[in-house]
Amino acid sequence: MSASTIPLAHGAAHEDWVLPYHGTVAMLALIVAETAIFLIFVVAYIYYIGKSISGPQPRDVLELPIFNTVCLLSSSFTIWLAEHSLKKGARGTFNLWWALTVVLGAIFLAGTGLEWKKLIYHDGLTISTNLFGTTFYSLVGLHASHVIIGLTMLSIVLIFSLTGKIKPEHSRQLGVLSLYWHFVDAVWVVVFTVVYIIGR
Amino acid sequence: MSRRWRQRKGPRRIAGAAAYAFLLLLSCVGHAAWAVPTDTIVYQTPSIFGPHSGPAHMIYNLSLFVIQITGTIFIVVGSLLVYVLVRFRQRDPNDDSEPPQIYGSTQIELAWTVIPVLIVVVLFLTTARFLFAIQDQKMPPAALDVNGVGHQFWWEFQYPKLGFTTANELHVALSTEHAPMITSLGLLSADVDHSFWVPQLFGKIDMIPNQVNHMWFNPDKAGMYVGQCAQFCGVEHAKMLLRVYVQTPEDFAAWVKNQQQPGVQDPAVAEGRQVFESQACSSCHVVRGTSAHGKFGPDLTHFMSRDTLASGVADNTPANLKLWIKDPDYVKPGSLMPAMQLSDDQIDKVVAYLTTLK
Amino acid sequence: MADSTLPIGSAIDLTPPGEVYGTWLDVVQDWVTTVDHKKLGIMYMVYALIFLLVAGVEALLIRIQLAVPHNDFLSPEVFNRLFTMHGTTMVFLMGMPLIIGFANYLVPLMVGARDMSFPRLNAFSFWMTALGGLMLYYSFIGGVGLQGAGSAPDVTWWAYAPLTERAFSRGHSTDYWALSLIVSGFGTIGAAVNIIATTLCMRCKGMTLFRMPLLVWLYLVVSGMILVTISPLTAAQIMLVIDRYLGGHFFDSQAGGAPIVWMHFFWVFGHPEVYVLVLPAFAIANEVIPVFSRKAIFGYPAMVAASAGIGLISLSVWAHHMFTVGMTSAQNAFFVLSTSLVGVPTGIKIFNWIATMWGGKIRFATPMLFCVAFLGQFLFAGLTGIMLSVAPWDWQLHNSYFVVAHFHYVLVGAIVFCFLAGFYFWYPKITGKMYNERLGKWSFWLFFIGFHMTFDFMHIPGLLGMPRSIYTYEPGRGWDGWNMIVSIGAMIQGIGTLVFAYNLVYSYFKGPDAGPDPWDAWTLEWTTTSPPPEYNFATAPVVSSRRPLWDLKHPEDPDSRYE
Repeated sequence: MSASTIPLAHGAAHEDWVLPYHGTVAMLALIVAETAIFLIFVVAYIYYIGKSISGPQPRDVLELPIFNTVCLLSSSFTIWLAEHSLKKGARGTFNLWWALTVVLGAIFLAGTGLEWKKLIYHDGLTISTNLFGTTFYSLVGLHASHVIIGLTMLSIVLIFSLTGKIKPEHSRQLGVLSLYWHFVDAVWVVVFTVVYIIGR
Repeated sequence: MSRRWRQRKGPRRIAGAAAYAFLLLLSCVGHAAWAVPTDTIVYQTPSIFGPHSGPAHMIYNLSLFVIQITGTIFIVVGSLLVYVLVRFRQRDPNDDSEPPQIYGSTQIELAWTVIPVLIVVVLFLTTARFLFAIQDQKMPPAALDVNGVGHQFWWEFQYPKLGFTTANELHVALSTEHAPMITSLGLLSADVDHSFWVPQLFGKIDMIPNQVNHMWFNPDKAGMYVGQCAQFCGVEHAKMLLRVYVQTPEDFAAWVKNQQQPGVQDPAVAEGRQVFESQACSSCHVVRGTSAHGKFGPDLTHFMSRDTLASGVADNTPANLKLWIKDPDYVKPGSLMPAMQLSDDQIDKVVAYLTTLK
Repeated sequence: MADSTLPIGSAIDLTPPGEVYGTWLDVVQDWVTTVDHKKLGIMYMVYALIFLLVAGVEALLIRIQLAVPHNDFLSPEVFNRLFTMHGTTMVFLMGMPLIIGFANYLVPLMVGARDMSFPRLNAFSFWMTALGGLMLYYSFIGGVGLQGAGSAPDVTWWAYAPLTERAFSRGHSTDYWALSLIVSGFGTIGAAVNIIATTLCMRCKGMTLFRMPLLVWLYLVVSGMILVTISPLTAAQIMLVIDRYLGGHFFDSQAGGAPIVWMHFFWVFGHPEVYVLVLPAFAIANEVIPVFSRKAIFGYPAMVAASAGIGLISLSVWAHHMFTVGMTSAQNAFFVLSTSLVGVPTGIKIFNWIATMWGGKIRFATPMLFCVAFLGQFLFAGLTGIMLSVAPWDWQLHNSYFVVAHFHYVLVGAIVFCFLAGFYFWYPKITGKMYNERLGKWSFWLFFIGFHMTFDFMHIPGLLGMPRSIYTYEPGRGWDGWNMIVSIGAMIQGIGTLVFAYNLVYSYFKGPDAGPDPWDAWTLEWTTTSPPPEYNFATAPVVSSRRPLWDLKHPEDPDSRYE
């Protein structure tokens, strides 16, 4: 028998041979790697709390970014709602929630930008000012760069969706992207706690 | 199964001949083409198995214990390996039958998990005991305090309680049963990471900027011990050599007394001193009792009391000193002392001056 | 038995005949644009071999300089660049591409898949790695540092701050080091993600996790480790670049930064990294030793557990590289314990391999010769590792030639030996030709003798007080003769490597056809033609045990009865 494969033995049926979706696995692996990078920056931040020799100190210049945080964390909720709508086939609602996610993320970024503007021009804190400046801008900046990447991907999806190309069968792929977005939000929770609560 | 890979014995003679050829080649390639007169070669092996101080002895004893354990493991497991290779090799090359397939054995696997864990526990407890004994040793109030500061590429030694600073050659007092004397060494760096290592006296300790590390030792035999920097610190890391002079209490006291004096002011070499102080020498070097207060280079107050210059690179002779001042990069390429562009006459005068700083 | 009588249907190639390359440009285009895991695997391997030779030459130059004391064959600047590049090249441009290359080639075949999960990510990862390597070597000719022509990195491969800060490293050498490794690091992480996704999501029917070949298990563990290992290095290098270019103060002691932070971050990467390199060596041993002992691996579940255990524990041992930096005694004690504990699962693996050979019928072909040497050498290396884990003794041995001897014993004696075994073992599969056994044995003995001549004797100067990273040493310290022997051994290893490389090329043109299964082995890659067709399997395999081919060849005594 020419094209036979290695035959089944013992009647073990494998009709239900279902393995995890590789997109989700890959994204989870990437998240593990990113977590490790963020962890190193967080450890450096914590280690250097209170060790700046001169220059502005956290409690002098940092204000709690409550509004920004609420926006970002709500965007996790809206993206979940968007996914949910798509699975049910409600493409219009999907567009709405997805667009809202993008907007909320953009508000967060704008808020971060405004905060940095104040710190740089008003308080004189830059990345080279002192240890606080170095560790603050590195950590928050690393997070912000991930938000930018996430927003870019979300915007591309939004454009595809508005031109009618997203269908319910794309739910799995969109699930992968929203996993990334949830990760970005979770990192913010940690960064917020370390920088604005513990570090002050 | 393909027979092409069956074992064959090959001649090893060629390997031996190649080794001989390369031995010849290498012996022609290079040997001491050293620019500075090599002077006296110090014949001393700084072996970690030749301990002469408390911590070094403790480490030595611990190492013997560890060697016994690891040696036994090596012999037992290695013998098993050799036995298996001999006993179970395929004897008949035409034999294609398969041996019985054995997939595992819970008892055996459990045994060879538990036994190593026990060995690890024993090893750990012994190690911890030595570790705490050395690292957490309390310093007696009469300890000799020395601060060692590492620089690129020389050593600064401060004796805070005795009131002087010297460089490159560390002098300490002998410790005997009747008169125990612990030297308490605080180690720091002024620039990059260095590491202080004199194997016969104690294990190395890193010198890190902004962080004072501590080691103690009590040498039990007078003499000179060699060592060198053990953490890559730049171009001339290999030439950051160390000497520790362990002296009897009387000799050490005499040395201290001498070091405590300000620099010798010999009027015969006033011209040289003039050159030294007016040229930039004094902006890097200290000679106590003069206007030379520079902190970047070694303290030269008692420069001639040292056996070597440039942290052990050359013997401390007037001829070498002249070469060194004229062109430090020639003696120790990459050293941070610049050539000061002095004329030969000026250099002679300075050398004459420095050689009076005993 | 083997060859043409194999009752395996999929060992046929359904590629339509007449698919022939037009010109050499077609060949180049095919390879440059390929996303096929086999071609990418081969490219990774060739890339690694090229850098093995380059870094080997660097090592030979180093050894010529160190053969006699006060030698002036190399200036200190050149020497410092050479040993920095030797270490960096061997780890990042030889070791990592080599392990990823083998994974790329073998993992999809062994799990019965058509390709990796993400073929385009696979290609991207390779080219990122290649780019990183080219950037690093461009440093020899590009950019002018302050001292001498060219500014290859000269700060050691672990690049301690503050030596790497702008103040002490004024040229661009450190920048080449940091930036090229960041770039190749992205490639490595991409490859790890791919391997995990392939292993978890593309196994053929019937291949549960506990029926995967041990090589695949080990690569799963390795990939997981890569995710948490390369990232700290990338993070630390980003911090270094921020210090050097944006005026940051991460490691600036003047501003309160701590050099010890770099050390922790680097070794959090650096130690697990060597396990990332050695676990694939174990993977190869796990495939070669059973086949040439004619027995199944002894204790498969324990081997899986031990591999995972090594991976996990190795994440907690990093500061045994820092016993001398002034940590507290309690901190030192913790790392003594974790380091010696990692020896337990490692020892278990050695015992399992010996037990695999016990009662077998050992055939000493070249791959097996390399694996047997690996066993003895790895045993010895592990024991010197235990010596180094004893912190007070490490205070003497750290940064001495004893450490250099120890880690080369693992890196060369275990890893290179196993990968040479792997090259010989899978050569017939990859190329379709059988290598020349006589040349193979020659390469083994030359390499073996040279290895022992160099690295056995290298321990001695370390015990006699010789530190590492020095471009020359003082005569009269008792180190002279030993260094000469070490250097001669290096030359012999060089010859052995050349014989190996020659064998690879010669056999490709002159070797006999190997057939699908020259070794009478048992895993899925041996069911394809040699070389496999682009699609790997004509129809997707279905397996019911750990050794599908054994079951097929021994229907009276299949593995599935015992698992």
